[in-house]
Amino acid sequence: MAKTIDESIKAQGGSVGRMSYVRVIFALLARDLAVLRKTAAFFVIRVVMQPLLFVFVFTYVFPKIGQGVGGGGSKEAEFSTLLVAGVVGISIIFQAIQAVALPLVQEFGYTKEIEDRALAPMPTWGLAIEKILSGAVQAVFAGAVVFPIVLFVPATPVHLHIDWPVLITLVPLAAIVSGTLGLTIGTLIPPNQVALIFAIIVLPITFLGAVYYPWASLTPISWLKDVVLVNPLVYINEGLRAALTTGVPHMEIGYVYLALIVFALVLGYVSIKGLNRRVVG
Amino acid sequence: MNDRSDVPTAAVRTVKLRKVYGNNVAVDDLDLTVNGGEIFGLLGPNGAGKTTTGGMITTRVLPTSGQAFVGDVDVVAHPAEAKAKIGVVPQSNTLDRALSVAQNLYFHGRYFGMSKRVAKEKTDELLTRFRLEDRAKLSVSALSGGMAQRLMVARAIMHEPTVLVLDEPTSGLDPQSRLALWDILRDLNGAGQTVLLTTHYMEEADELCDRIAIMDHGKILALGSASELKAKAGGASTLLVKVSGDPGELIQKLENAIGVDERVKIVMSESGVKIIGKDVAQLISKVVSSAEGLGLKVYDLSLVQPSLETVFINLTGRELRD
Ligand SMILES: Nc1ncnc2c1ncn2[C@@H]1O[C@H](COP(=O)(O)OP(=O)(O)O)[C@@H](O)[C@H]1O
Ligand SMILES: [Mg+2]
Repeated sequence: MAKTIDESIKAQGGSVGRMSYVRVIFALLARDLAVLRKTAAFFVIRVVMQPLLFVFVFTYVFPKIGQGVGGGGSKEAEFSTLLVAGVVGISIIFQAIQAVALPLVQEFGYTKEIEDRALAPMPTWGLAIEKILSGAVQAVFAGAVVFPIVLFVPATPVHLHIDWPVLITLVPLAAIVSGTLGLTIGTLIPPNQVALIFAIIVLPITFLGAVYYPWASLTPISWLKDVVLVNPLVYINEGLRAALTTGVPHMEIGYVYLALIVFALVLGYVSIKGLNRRVVG
Repeated sequence: MNDRSDVPTAAVRTVKLRKVYGNNVAVDDLDLTVNGGEIFGLLGPNGAGKTTTGGMITTRVLPTSGQAFVGDVDVVAHPAEAKAKIGVVPQSNTLDRALSVAQNLYFHGRYFGMSKRVAKEKTDELLTRFRLEDRAKLSVSALSGGMAQRLMVARAIMHEPTVLVLDEPTSGLDPQSRLALWDILRDLNGAGQTVLLTTHYMEEADELCDRIAIMDHGKILALGSASELKAKAGGASTLLVKVSGDPGELIQKLENAIGVDERVKIVMSESGVKIIGKDVAQLISKVVSSAEGLGLKVYDLSLVQPSLETVFINLTGRELRD
């Protein structure tokens, strides 16, 4: 008689149930990383281009041609410094959305490529968690790739003060929130409206995400200061400022963690439901 | 496992399985049993509910009500366990385009809990067995339809499922690839693999399946081996009439001349007018005179031995391919 998979898993020292779901999730992650490795050069280009140009123009070209952003002299240095967090944060969230939402469009498209993975022996929520983790891992890569650029490209020196405990807890949390956001977008937006994702979600999130200015500096426009609180990138960038710099104002770090955990839970729930609805007819 | 272990469990069993989309009943309280070791075919026209039935059995469609079991696993209550026991070949090409031919198999094995080494060995073995080894490193988009289908079958059986479920496995394949796939399925079945397939090709059901369920409007109309079904049709056979000119008028006239009831049915098909029933041979003279009365020239007239299509038309009054 043919051995069933349960027996095969047992024979290999695994067990059926929660533990085997973890194995399946790791196998799916390994698949995503294999795909990423194949396209590593494209990944780096995609991740690096926008921040490189941004940092180059605003913190190298502008100061050199006397068009400093944020005033002159020490203000320029401050701008370069506050931008570190913003550009790393934007890379994290942007990459997670790209890594999770865009492939889903094809995977759910005409060919339903997702099916083989949806048929892996675990519940659909397992696939959702894998997608979120995969996006998060790629987001952390993106942040790491971008980091040296924002350090070394600016014409004025960047002053970092790294708070390690905050950094190593905040970055994964930010990446996971970004992964849940990517999956939420990917499962809620109809596949034929990808361009819409960018217009109505990615652009507002990035432009109003406290990237180019600390959140506190929005005080003169108090309605906007309140409205942007629905934007997870605000907390990610404020948290990164707390983790990387001193002297740049940032939101109370406790609120940052609280908000990011709430986002992770809410978006995680919504995206698991969304994926389930898309996978099971 | 328990004291029932000597009672053979069905490979697949559905109990009043039902799926309703809006107010469209796609699958209507279906009771179905697929025995271990057989090739079971769901035969029916487009929209009969075959894909939906297969989808519910393979955890991809949530039933509105009723139950489906693979072995003794309830697929709705325990989808993860059920997935471990099924191999699925969907109707469309669902190969992972981001991966190579070999990687499609390798990662499938990994998803199903195989170690790296076992997954690698099984991949090589399957590539050889399905004559894909020289394509191993290629992208799956470089495969022909027949090769892609072979790879999908290889992937589906890689984890040794209790049942292999295929949805319209040969639609869209050229005749040669179709025959090749039939051979593959026969070989797998010969080695003990239970197979559940859907099809709207009567030849496929006839050639390949041990038992066939004829399905229409979400219900099973008849069930049995091909020969049993043909016998159940009461020896009905088909008289195929080809005329020059509009056969519509002829059908009208024949319906009046012969009188259509449950014993005799008349349908128009691509190949001509089909008259299905018992002893239709006796109607030949009536057919010819009716045609002549309308000024139509009968240029071919043949008696076709009972086929599953005859059975289907006999059951529904419609052609299988409509
Ligand atoms: N996702 C869906 N949403 C709405 N109706 C559906 C869906 N899938 C199938 N149907 C309907 O259910 C019926 C059965 O479809 P299907 O199972 O695909 O039949 P078959 O595979 O035999 O051609 C059809 O009337 C079809 O239109
Ligand atoms: Mg179908």
